[in-house]
Amino acid sequence: MTLRSAFAAVALMLLFTLPIWLGGHPYYINISSQILFWAVAALALNVLVGYAGLVSLGHAGLLAMTGYTAGLLLQAGYGHLTADLAAIVVTLAASAVFAVLALRSTGIGFLMITLALGQIVWGIAYRWASLTNGDNGVNVVSRPAPFGISLASPEAFYYTTLLLFLLAVLSMRVFVRSPFGASVRGTRDQARRMTALGYNVWLIRFLAFLVSGFWSGIAGLLYVYYHQFIAPPTASLQASAEILLMVISGGTATLLGPIAGAAIVVIMKNVVSAYIERWNLVLGLIFILIITFMPEGLVPGSVRWWRAGRQWLRVRTNGWAARPARERSP
Amino acid sequence: MTALTVKALNKSFGGLRVTANVDLVVEPGERRLIIGPNGAGKTTLFNLMTGEIAPDSGSIVLFGRDITRAACRRRAHLGLARTYQIITLFSHDTILRNVTLALLGLSPLRWNVLADLDGQRHLVDRARGALGKVGLDHIAERPLAQTSYGERRRVEIAMALAQEPKVLLLDEPFAGLSIDERRDVQKLLRAIPREVTVVMIEHNMDVALDLADRITLLHFGEVVVEGTRAEVVADPRTGEVYLGG
Repeated sequence: MTLRSAFAAVALMLLFTLPIWLGGHPYYINISSQILFWAVAALALNVLVGYAGLVSLGHAGLLAMTGYTAGLLLQAGYGHLTADLAAIVVTLAASAVFAVLALRSTGIGFLMITLALGQIVWGIAYRWASLTNGDNGVNVVSRPAPFGISLASPEAFYYTTLLLFLLAVLSMRVFVRSPFGASVRGTRDQARRMTALGYNVWLIRFLAFLVSGFWSGIAGLLYVYYHQFIAPPTASLQASAEILLMVISGGTATLLGPIAGAAIVVIMKNVVSAYIERWNLVLGLIFILIITFMPEGLVPGSVRWWRAGRQWLRVRTNGWAARPARERSP
Repeated sequence: MTALTVKALNKSFGGLRVTANVDLVVEPGERRLIIGPNGAGKTTLFNLMTGEIAPDSGSIVLFGRDITRAACRRRAHLGLARTYQIITLFSHDTILRNVTLALLGLSPLRWNVLADLDGQRHLVDRARGALGKVGLDHIAERPLAQTSYGERRRVEIAMALAQEPKVLLLDEPFAGLSIDERRDVQKLLRAIPREVTVVMIEHNMDVALDLADRITLLHFGEVVVEGTRAEVVADPRTGEVYLGG
């Protein structure tokens, strides 16, 4: 068994037994659910930011659109399955529109267009009160009960979120290792060369946006069922920025980075805020520390520090000969 | 049928005319050298031929097929490959992955989201084969960031050759190379089979003249002289605008 698979096995065991470790405490189980669905949102954004090199500041708009669609359809009397499927279809359609408009540009242009699109969704949620109920938001009366299993309890919701989270992680892993994943990364690194090699760069980015939009939609469904409520702040610029912070602080273009980033932000917002009134200050300090000492993000940065530490220990134990050849040469 | 025919091609950037009524006929299997002073419009001509920029007027025909309006990626699928003057590679990846990406570009597999790319033996083996041709198969797994400039030049050529192009455009393949590296690349280019038509921009006359069947001299976007090596070298205009005679 490799170190990596051992780590994965331990992580899986911990995740599946987490409610037991937390003593069945509903508050902490709910926090864990939040970490998981925000991690799904961060993994979704990472497809664009990390692998396609397209920084979006409008993803909360997509997430909110799923939530609103599901919430409004449930209010209108549709069943959970219909509402959820329709919400995903609407999110995919919205992602397509976002992509067509935003992919007219890359870099800062792409960022600004996605920001504007996210703000339009927020504006609609806020001002089109006859549809969205404005500031008062939309209530979702009940959680679904797939196969007759009610998701009303924190534990049941946690395990459902965990399953979808694991599905997201697995699909991201498959995506990253696939030929299409390599194509997406290629468009990030050398778009011009990719075109000359026969790739349709625009279409690759468009499809990457749809993949990202799909998983944002799944995160949106989990969000709206968790809170059983959705209101304009879900679509706000701050929410989009928070998802982006999760990705950047954890480490872009990594599988674990966005998950670690989601954990930091959710714990800061929910747990630390209970003890420190100015928790935003602590969050800001943590980000400054990460950017200063691990500019590549927490996960890849920790790996780098771990390797450097191991090397230092080896040199201390075995002396000069343990150093890599390139460091020994004059 | 000619391999590549460029007819009355024009391109201006604002008031600057960079390609002026350029005509070029390259026969199948020919080695054509394009020379000219800096700013003559050589790389722009390549960019026009590959479709990276659109011409204002004129036409480009590849093996009897008008590709003037074809997208850049489409031209790659029709058998046009190129290398860049400024090395343009995937620096986060290994040498092998760079060449695999070149092969993937022409394969329908590039849309596959479920397969494992490293498990595609036929692609990986072909990529290794292409690297073998340029003498880099022994360092195929090395990250590109840990390679020398000369090795990167050879990776560029391997990527272009891996696509088995009908017409290969080489933009200054000897630029920045040491004497030994130049000799290696020269040997490499000489080994390209005659089924592949080669159009090459190069400033280094010592190595390039030896490879060329015919030479085209560009100056201010216009074709000034065209002919065999002997004709172009003997033409007084060549000395005037390029060789400094």
